[in-house]
Amino acid sequence: MQIRMTLNREPLEVEVMPRVTLADCLRHQLGKTGTHLACEHGVCGACTVIVNGQAVRSCLMLAVQANGAEVVTVEGLTPDDEEFGPLQQAFRKHNALQCGFCTSGMLTTAHALLTAEPDADHERIRSVIAGNICRCTGYLSIVDAIHEAGESYRANKERA
Amino acid sequence: MKLPPFEYASPRTLQEATTLLSKHNGDARPIAGGQSLLPLMAFRLAAPSLLVDLANIPGLDRIEIRDDGVHVGALTRWCQIEADRRLTAAHPLLSEAVKHIAHYQIRNRGTIGGSLAHADPAAEMPALAITCGAEITIAGAKVSRVLAAKDFITGPLETALEPGEVITSIRFPKWRSHRRWAFQEFSKRRGDFALGGVALHFDEDAQGHASEVHIGVFGTGDTPGRLSAAEEFVRGKKVDAGLAQAAGNIARSAVRVASDMHAGAAYRQALIGTLIERALVEAASRAIEE
Amino acid sequence: MATAKKGNRLIGAPVERVEDLRFLRGKGNYVDDQSLPNQVYAAILRSSVPHGRIRGIDKSEALKMPGVHAVITAADIGGEVPVIPIRLQPLPEVFPLRQPVIAVDRVRYVGEPVAVVIADTPGLAEDALEFVEVDIEPLPVVASRKTSATDASLLFPEYKTNLAKKFTGLKGDAAAAFEGAHYIKKQRLSVQRHMALPMEPRGLLADWRKDIKRLTVYGAGKVLFFNRRAVAQMLGLEENSVELVENDIGGGFGARGEFYPEDFLIPFSSYSLGRPVKWNEDRRENLSAMNHAREMEAEYEIACDADGTIRGIRGHVDVDNGAYIRSNGLTPPRNVAQFTTGPYRIPNIHIDVSVRLTNKTPCGTYRAPGRFEGSFFIERMIEIAARDLGLDPVEMRRKNLVTVDEMPYPMATMQHIDPYTDTECDSGNFHITFDRCLKEFGWDEKVKLQGRNIDGRYHGVAAGCFIEGGAAGPRESARLKLESDGTISVFVGSSAVGQGLETVMGQIAADMLAVPFERVRVFHGSTSYVREGFGSYHSRSTVMGGSAILLASAPFKEKLCKAAARRLNVSEQEITLIDERAVAPNGASIEWKALASDDISAEESFTNTKHTYAYGAHCCHVAVDPGTGHVEVLDYVTVEDVGKIINPLTLHGQVIGAIVQGLGSTFMEHLIYNEDGQLLTGSLADYVVPLADDYPVIRGITLDDYPSPNNPLGAKGAGEGGIIAVGGVASNAVANALSSLQVEIEELPLTPPAVWASIEKQRLVEGTKN
Repeated sequence: MQIRMTLNREPLEVEVMPRVTLADCLRHQLGKTGTHLACEHGVCGACTVIVNGQAVRSCLMLAVQANGAEVVTVEGLTPDDEEFGPLQQAFRKHNALQCGFCTSGMLTTAHALLTAEPDADHERIRSVIAGNICRCTGYLSIVDAIHEAGESYRANKERA
Repeated sequence: MKLPPFEYASPRTLQEATTLLSKHNGDARPIAGGQSLLPLMAFRLAAPSLLVDLANIPGLDRIEIRDDGVHVGALTRWCQIEADRRLTAAHPLLSEAVKHIAHYQIRNRGTIGGSLAHADPAAEMPALAITCGAEITIAGAKVSRVLAAKDFITGPLETALEPGEVITSIRFPKWRSHRRWAFQEFSKRRGDFALGGVALHFDEDAQGHASEVHIGVFGTGDTPGRLSAAEEFVRGKKVDAGLAQAAGNIARSAVRVASDMHAGAAYRQALIGTLIERALVEAASRAIEE
Repeated sequence: MATAKKGNRLIGAPVERVEDLRFLRGKGNYVDDQSLPNQVYAAILRSSVPHGRIRGIDKSEALKMPGVHAVITAADIGGEVPVIPIRLQPLPEVFPLRQPVIAVDRVRYVGEPVAVVIADTPGLAEDALEFVEVDIEPLPVVASRKTSATDASLLFPEYKTNLAKKFTGLKGDAAAAFEGAHYIKKQRLSVQRHMALPMEPRGLLADWRKDIKRLTVYGAGKVLFFNRRAVAQMLGLEENSVELVENDIGGGFGARGEFYPEDFLIPFSSYSLGRPVKWNEDRRENLSAMNHAREMEAEYEIACDADGTIRGIRGHVDVDNGAYIRSNGLTPPRNVAQFTTGPYRIPNIHIDVSVRLTNKTPCGTYRAPGRFEGSFFIERMIEIAARDLGLDPVEMRRKNLVTVDEMPYPMATMQHIDPYTDTECDSGNFHITFDRCLKEFGWDEKVKLQGRNIDGRYHGVAAGCFIEGGAAGPRESARLKLESDGTISVFVGSSAVGQGLETVMGQIAADMLAVPFERVRVFHGSTSYVREGFGSYHSRSTVMGGSAILLASAPFKEKLCKAAARRLNVSEQEITLIDERAVAPNGASIEWKALASDDISAEESFTNTKHTYAYGAHCCHVAVDPGTGHVEVLDYVTVEDVGKIINPLTLHGQVIGAIVQGLGSTFMEHLIYNEDGQLLTGSLADYVVPLADDYPVIRGITLDDYPSPNNPLGAKGAGEGGIIAVGGVASNAVANALSSLQVEIEELPLTPPAVWASIEKQRLVEGTKN
């Protein structure tokens, strides 16, 4: 089936089989390998992407269900030629990643969260990223990094 | 864990959807958010030949507050219910229960109709629908029908849906003012299916005695359901800590539970007792807005 | 020659990681991110029968499926089917128990590879698995240690017993120590089967190029050189015609990178088909295919004097190893025999360990193998002894901790295993880390809550100590090379498993050469970078690889000076190296960059026969809800001395992450088999690991007061210390919380139902008394 979507602000069309998940389509047909698969049954959150402004698990969405959608992956958070955004800066500063495998999903989830709720406190952040498994960090640095990045999202929202 | 092959259709009308579904001899499945169906398919526990996507059928994703209660369209996603501030007054129990469902990303895709149709015995929504006496409206290729939630859920992962039928909406009966309520769930981790859960509400007469007592439990066994022994015990009495404890004890011996690898039957029975006790105390002590 | 001193700018500094630059943009290169033209995909048919005889395999239906290229079974391998080599403790007597890379005539666990399907897409390959007909005659299942010990059903009839191996850890004279002791206590304690569960499942991309007779395998990790030798031998290739390449790796924790059946099957498939073959392990198969760990039960006795002085430990540990002895399967049982006593002065030790075979996934190392288990055993024993003797458990530990004056302190010696196993704690003051931990934790205040019921929850605290072995030999290599743009390339034989290796190695190299961090590039993870390498296990990368860099920096600088001396017409001794320039006494100077044409490079190995021992202490405060059995960890503090801190930022991350893994081991994680040998926890919804809101309060403090005398950096292996004492300390806190109910904690994990059941058991006992 032919579908259309906007991927990281670029409109595109792609031919997909119904059985292909959005995650596999992004990774293997559209070259966005930053979206990672760690369980393929909707538990770990590594494959989280942003669809129409909301964080979703791309292993639990068919590519055909993304027809007409705006999709943002980790690659779309900060274009290659730009400096790190506030989340990436904070993740680096707080050592909020080790092996990097869950990181894309953490960033996309956090971006969607902070865009909607820049005031999210530690507890809210913890409850949201409880949908993303990290095996390396123990999460504390991730929560701190997201909380710190919230300040920039607040400032952006006030400017807007 | 790649999905098995299937065909896909994305009809624009309910009629088209039910017609497609009834043609495939029961081998077609509707898909809404897909948050329960796609994992089953990834494990190849389900392999429908056709998926009929309901997402493009207009009008099925609204929350309406009417005189006869809260009507929730089947395609309404958890995040919509969570964000709807009208519900904190119109149905606070529904508002609260949804917070316990799965995780952030799942709540952005998962739908109320999908959860009811999946009928997981440890899920929140089938239990809440039964506890509250909700009604489920079902559309088929030829006729529509309305079923009480308790008649809709027929077994673990089993419902009264016939091939070709889809859920279109759920009505929660009107919420009385000053109603007391609580929702208590215990799972190993946030977002996991419950090892046990309780949804309850009751009204109070002028003397502070409980009436219209609804106590539902889930995560216990084959299907969620109301616990009449506990309801009868509470009815007509003033709910306080002592009564809550006694009601918990009654629930503990009355509830029917099953064992699985996560918890044995004795634990689940005791847990239900504990949660009912805690829920009653919580309901009785919550400040009621005048 | 002289290098102008600018002080140690980078070693010890919280340098932000170079790895993050790509990971945070989604530009990592994990193995499934990589593809080759013309590649096909493998899916593996795994046994659903735990124990049985293969009567036949019919692949004809599968071969008819569109897009299917081949179905490979043992019969297609030709000749003898290779077995997984034993890398650590390669004892010839257990060689018959090695795992064939594909089941030949028997299957011995659910998940054992039976056939490989090669198809055009991963989906088609998976579809075809259902059409491979395998006829297996079931045999009686050995699903527990107990059944295994009866030998009624044998996994290897020709081995005549399911007892794979027995070790003994010995010190002093335990029998004499127990004779007439004031206090003797016998206790059963057990740890459950669980696993490393790295977030990225395994994956391989093998590319056999017949025209140039070269095999390249992407997706390798941990021990590339060992695995290269193994796969080359199995395929009958020269070692130098095989290259193993490490991609970015989504977590290792000891389990990834060991030689698994697929490490042969995927290269073999490529070799047979003449095309690149890719395989990605999915999570369902990962849970039964990757090494399991830690399933063991101890029956220990402790003997003490009335004042709490421990006279001896003796007893027996029974290990449920699963179906085969894999590459490092004997390491955890070995370690538990040698390291149970940890940092405590226990002069008399006799611990027998029996490694038993069962029809379950084979076990291997998981972060702190045998040490987590041993620490759980000893910390519980000490806590119970202190209680029985009416002593303060903190004081009892202080009394028995090895003192600084006793260093180096020898551990138990091992019998019936490779001879080079004597080892000793190298340096340190265990009392300092213990006291510091108690102070940071606020022990004196928190201990007042011990056992109290506050608002319906029971509070408990506990403290314990540990040692962490690291820096396994024999050696590690590093090569430094000056590039034409003036940057320094550093090639190491260590592997990255997500621990920030590039950053840490870069810090050491930049400091040794007094150049900015950005001028150094670290290359690892290919068998073509250095002559040999030993990999990343036993917390060895930083110590071994870092020391090799340190050693290589001297000849590298000599070569720079020599080359500069020739150009500047002075003697080599007169050259000073500063700011990436070589300077002569008269002020004339030349950029290093200009010397690159002289082939400035140096390779050195660091050889080590002695291990390092980092050490420290843990404290934990819990509240237990008796209604649900839920344990909330209200505070967790660790203090560890690692000899020399290279990067406090990455080290801190390792410590916190390890503690949370340990809390998962203590309270949640459990690979559950039923008595028919079926794995019940086959998804991440059922195998539960900690989430972000489970353990939000954890504090880690790292010291470097006592450098190791055993390497030039003074560093000690770190990264496992966070996990070691968690089981013992956290479970003691739970036991102390429930002390008024006389609850005994004997088994992990302490899931809510398990904690509730232990309380309920006592309620019933009390009930019958009344």
